[in-house]
Amino acid sequence: MNDSNHVSSVDFLKNLRGFRELGLVVFIVSISLLIGARNPRFLTWGNLHDMLLDTSILSILAIGMMLVLVTGGIDLSAESGIALTGMIVGLTLIRYPQIPAVLTLFMGMALGAGFGAITGAIVAGGRVIPIIATLGMMYVYRGLTFIVSGGRWVNAYEMPDDFKAMATGRLLGFSNLILIAIVVYIVFTYFINHTETGRQIFAVGSNREAARIIGIRTNRIIWLVYTLSGALYGLAGVMWIARYASAQSDSASGYVFTIVAACVLGGVAITGGVGSISGILLGSITIGIINNALPMIRVSPFWRTALTGAIILIAVIVNIAITRNIERKALLQRKI
Amino acid sequence: MNGLKMDTYVLELKNISKYFPGVKALEEVGFNLKKGEIHALVGENGAGKSTLIKIITGVLQPDEGEIFFHGEKIVFSDPTVAQKNLIAAIYQNPTCFPHLSVTENIFMGHPIVEPRTRRLLWNEMNAEAMRLLKTLGSELNPGSKMGDLSVAQQQMVEIAKALSLDARILIMDEPTAALTSRETEELYEITRTLRKKGTSVVFISHRFEDIYQIADRVTVLRDGKSVGTWNVSEISEGELIKAMVGREISQLFPKSEVPIGDEVLRVEGLSRVGYFADISFSLHEGEILGFSGLVGSGRSEVAQAIFGIHPYDGGKIFVRGKEVPIDSPWKAMEMGIGYLPEDRQLQGLVLPLTITDNITLSTLDRYARKGWLKSRAGHDISQKLFSLLKIKASSIFDKTYSLSGGNQQKVVVGKLLAGELRILIMDEPTKGVDVGAKSAIHKIMSDLAANGFALIMISSEMPEILGMSDSIVVMREGRITRTFSREEANQEKLLTAAVEVGR
Amino acid sequence: MESTKTSIIPGGLSLREVFLRWEWLLVGLIVGVSIVNGRLSPHFWDYAGLMDAMAVFLEKGFIVLPVAMILISGEIDISVSSIVALSSVLMALSFQAGLPMVLAICVAVAVGTACGAFNGFLITRIPGLSSVIVTLAANSLFRGIAYIVLGDRAVGGFPRWYSYLSWGYLGSSSIPFIILAFGIVAVFFGLVLHKTTFGRKVYAIGNNQVAARFSGIPVSRIKLILFTLAGVMSGLAAVFLTSKLGSSRPNVALGYELEVIAIAVLGGVSPAGGKGGIPGAILALILMRLLRYGLGLINVPGQVMLVVIGIILVLVVMLPNLIGSVRISRKRFG
Repeated sequence: MNDSNHVSSVDFLKNLRGFRELGLVVFIVSISLLIGARNPRFLTWGNLHDMLLDTSILSILAIGMMLVLVTGGIDLSAESGIALTGMIVGLTLIRYPQIPAVLTLFMGMALGAGFGAITGAIVAGGRVIPIIATLGMMYVYRGLTFIVSGGRWVNAYEMPDDFKAMATGRLLGFSNLILIAIVVYIVFTYFINHTETGRQIFAVGSNREAARIIGIRTNRIIWLVYTLSGALYGLAGVMWIARYASAQSDSASGYVFTIVAACVLGGVAITGGVGSISGILLGSITIGIINNALPMIRVSPFWRTALTGAIILIAVIVNIAITRNIERKALLQRKI
Repeated sequence: MNGLKMDTYVLELKNISKYFPGVKALEEVGFNLKKGEIHALVGENGAGKSTLIKIITGVLQPDEGEIFFHGEKIVFSDPTVAQKNLIAAIYQNPTCFPHLSVTENIFMGHPIVEPRTRRLLWNEMNAEAMRLLKTLGSELNPGSKMGDLSVAQQQMVEIAKALSLDARILIMDEPTAALTSRETEELYEITRTLRKKGTSVVFISHRFEDIYQIADRVTVLRDGKSVGTWNVSEISEGELIKAMVGREISQLFPKSEVPIGDEVLRVEGLSRVGYFADISFSLHEGEILGFSGLVGSGRSEVAQAIFGIHPYDGGKIFVRGKEVPIDSPWKAMEMGIGYLPEDRQLQGLVLPLTITDNITLSTLDRYARKGWLKSRAGHDISQKLFSLLKIKASSIFDKTYSLSGGNQQKVVVGKLLAGELRILIMDEPTKGVDVGAKSAIHKIMSDLAANGFALIMISSEMPEILGMSDSIVVMREGRITRTFSREEANQEKLLTAAVEVGR
Repeated sequence: MESTKTSIIPGGLSLREVFLRWEWLLVGLIVGVSIVNGRLSPHFWDYAGLMDAMAVFLEKGFIVLPVAMILISGEIDISVSSIVALSSVLMALSFQAGLPMVLAICVAVAVGTACGAFNGFLITRIPGLSSVIVTLAANSLFRGIAYIVLGDRAVGGFPRWYSYLSWGYLGSSSIPFIILAFGIVAVFFGLVLHKTTFGRKVYAIGNNQVAARFSGIPVSRIKLILFTLAGVMSGLAAVFLTSKLGSSRPNVALGYELEVIAIAVLGGVSPAGGKGGIPGAILALILMRLLRYGLGLINVPGQVMLVVIGIILVLVVMLPNLIGSVRISRKRFG
C-alpha cells in the first residue's frame, strides 16, 4: 500500500488494497458520529482539537516507527528515547531557562538522532537483530534517564513560560503541537515519496538482496531509519514534556506498543516493504479516538488497552483475509 | 562507437577462480565478449554459470584472476562499479521489489530527478517506463505493483530496466525459462535489436533452441571450468552436449533393467487452483517415472501436493489401491511416501545440525520410548546409511553445512531411507552436485528401483530424464501434455511436448 | 569445519564445543560476581540470606523457561507479562467470589493456559500472522481485560497458607519453597528440551522451519504446544507472584515480557532461533539476580542495572557476529 499518488491510473487490485484505508476512514467517521450521538460534546471543536493534540505526538512517533518497520525492523527503544530526550531537555531548561522554545525542539531532535544513530549502528554494523538491539537500547536509555535525573522530576513550575506556551499556545486556532505535527508530516511525505533516499528505504524493505545488487548501500539505509526514528522520538520527547508539563523518569513506559499499534492499524506490514504516511496518520487518529472517546460515552477508560489490542488483531486478520482473497482471485484467473 | 578495434574485447575474464566453503565454484575460467555479439553461456546445473555472472556484475568478487574492460584491468568491487560501466543483468528469478510499482522497479538506483533539488520526477519516469515497455511490445501499466505480475511480465520489466540503463553489456540468466513460446519469440527479437545497436549480450540458457536461434558464439562451462568457446555455426548440437556433459550419456545414467511390479501409487485428476489441473498417472514398484517440462510448469507443485505440503483441492490419490486423503507431510509419510525437495539447503537439511541428526529427523519417535530419547538415538541406522550411501565426511557427527553439495544430497536421501518409505519423489535430485556425486546418486536410485522402491524423478536435464526413466510424463503450464515410454522418448519429442503440444 | 578433526564424544559434540560453551562463561561470571559481592558484604555468603535473595526473583524464572523454548523455535512471545496479570486478577476475583483458594489457583493456571492457547491458535491457524504481531496485540488485550475486570482496585486478603508459596521454607530448613518448585519445573523443562523427541523437533524448527516441515515434523502442533506452555507457566508465575505481593492488581508484572527475553538471550538463546538451552537460561537468571544484589550492596540504584543489562544484551549478540565476520574476512584475504 505504498503511496501511489504519482501514478495516474490505478488498477483493480490496487483499488482493493486502497479499500483498507478507505475502510479506516469510514470507521473513524462512523465511530465519531456514533459517539457524537451519545454525547454531543464529543463533536465540539474543543474536544476534537484536544483529540488531535493527543494524536499529534503519537503520529510523529508513528512516522519514525513506520520507517523502521518498512525495513523489516522494529524500534523498541523509542519509548525510553522519548523519556531520555525529554528529561535532558527538561533539566537543561532548569539551568538555562532563557533558551528559546523553538531551539529546544531542535535540541531534542539532535539528541534523539544521536541516540538513534547508536541504535542504528548496532543493528546495521553490529548485525544484531532489531528486536534485541532495540530492546537492549531501550534499557540503556531508560536507565540513563534515571541516572541523569537522579530520579527526580522536572515539574511545571520549573519550566520557562514560553516553553509551556508551546503546548498551550495557538496559531490559526490550532495548538502549536498540532502545527508541528503537520509540518513534520509535510516534510516526511516529501521525503518518502519524492526523494531517492526515501524510496530506497522501501526498496531495502521490499527485497534487501535486490537492493544491494543494484548498488543501494543497504547498511547505510538501515542505519538511517533508526537515526530518523531517533530524531523523531527526540522531537516527540520535547513535545511530550511541553504537553504534560513535566518530565519524569518513567515517561512513556510501555508506549512503544501504542506506537506499533498505530502503524499496524495504518497498514504497515511488520515484515517490511509496506507502509504509507496516510495510513499511519489514520491509524494514529483511530487510536486517538479510542483514547479520547471512551470517557465521553461513559465507558471506563480501563477498556482502552483491551480495545487497542483487539483492534490491532482484527485489523491484521482482516488485512490478511483481503490479501488472501486477492491472491486467490489472481490464481483463479490464471489459465491452466 | 568509441573507435575500438574489432578484435578488442569489450569484456575479458582471465583465470577466474572462486571458492565457497567445501566447493570450488569456478576454477581458472576464461571468458570474453565482443562488441555487439550475443554470446551464449551454457553448462549443466552447478557448472558455475550463475557464479560467473555474479562476478561480472560485481555481486561476488573472484578469489583469483583478472577482469579487463575495454582492454583495461578493472575490479568490480561492488555492483555499483559494474552499473557505472553500463553492465546490467537480468537474473533467473527476477530480483525485483514486489511491493513497489513497475516504474520504481525500473528506475530504482538510477531515477530521473530534477537536477537542482534532486526531487524525483514521477511523471517523467512513468512516461519513460511506459515508452520502454511499449518498445518491448508490452502494455503493462507502469503503476502496477510488481508482486502482482506474472514471472514473464516481471521479466519484461527487468529488460525494460536494462534498456533504461542504456546498458552496453546485458546479461540474461535463463530469461526464456518461464516464457511461453510467443513471449520467447518476442524476447529473441528484442535481443537482436539490442545487438544491432551495439549492445553485447551474455545469454544463459538450457535450451539449445535459444542458442541456435540467436547466439553468435557459445562458451561451455563444466564443473566450474571452461571447456571452450565456439562460433555457434561451427558446432553441432551433439558436440555441444558432449562438451557440456563430458562423457557419453549412456555411461552417466545407469538405470538397470528391473521387472516392473504392482501399482503402488495412482493419481486421478489431481488439481490445485492456479497451479495444476487434471493430473493423472500411476507408479509401480521398481519403476522410475520421469517428470519433464520447463521450470514453472507445475511439476514441483504436483509433487508437493502428493506429499501434503500444499494440499490439492481436487482429484484423488490412491496408495496400493486404497484412496488416501493426504493433507500433511506426516500423513504422506505414514502412507510410505517420501519427498526429496528441490532446494536441499532450504528444504532438505537443517544445516547447523549433524549428519545423524538430519538422517533421523523424520523418524525421531522411533528412537525414543514414550517421547524420551534413548542415548545414541538413531546412531546405528545413521552409521549404516552413512556407509551405504558412501557419504564423504569424517563421521556422522559432522555438521551438514560443511559437506559438499553431492554429499548433502546423500544425507537427504539417507533421511528418506531411514523412514522406510517405499514411494520416493525426487525433485531435481542432482541439481548442483558434481559429476562424481551425480552418478553415485543415479546408482543409488537405480539400486532402489531394483529393490522394489517406486520413484518419481523430476528433472530439468534432458539426458538425466532420458537415461533414468522407465516412462516419462511431460508437463506444460500445469497440465500433462504427453506421456512417453522409455523407448519412444527422445530429446526432441520431450522438448516439443514441453513447449508446444497440448493446446 | 576445523572442528571435524577433534575427538568426538557421544551426543555429537566435539570436546572443543563442550569447553567453549556459553554456559561456562556464565558460570565464570557468576563466580566473579559472587566473589566481588562477598568482598562488598560479609553477609553475602550467609546461606539463608543467599537463598532468600534468590527466591525474591524466581517467579520470573517460571516464564523464562517457556519463553526460551519459544525463542529457540524461532518465534517470540511478548504477551507473557499480561497473561500473568490477567491470571492473577481472575484468580483474586474468583477467590473473592467465594471460591476456595486451591480452586482459585487452578483458575489462574487455567486462564494462563487459555491465553497461551489463544496465541498459539492464531499464530498457527492463520498463515501470515506472525508471533510478534499476535503477542503484541495480545499483550494489550490481556492486560486490558485485567483492567476492565478490576479497574484500579487491588484484591487481597488471601489465606495465610497461600503466602507460604513464595515466603515459606521447606520444613525447618532454610530452603525457600519457591526454590524447590522452580527447581522441579526447571528440571522438567530441561529434560523436555534436551532429552525428548519434542525438544529435538523444537531445535529443528528453530534452525530451519521449512526443512522441519518437509521432514514430516508437525510444526504447527509443536508451536501451539509451546505457546500454550508459555500460558501455563505464566499462570503459575501469577500464583507465586500474587503470593509474594499479597494482593493482585492489573498492573503486576509490567515489563516482564521484555525482561525474560533479555534473560533468555543472555543465557545464550539465539533470538533468531535454533540455539541455546535451559541451563544457560537458568544461569543467566542467577547472574542477573547476583548483579542486582551486588549493585544494591554498593548503593547503585536499580536503574543503573538497566543500563548494564542493556549493554550486556547487545554485546552478547553483537560480539559473536563481529568475531565471525573478522574470521571470514581473514579467511578471504589470508
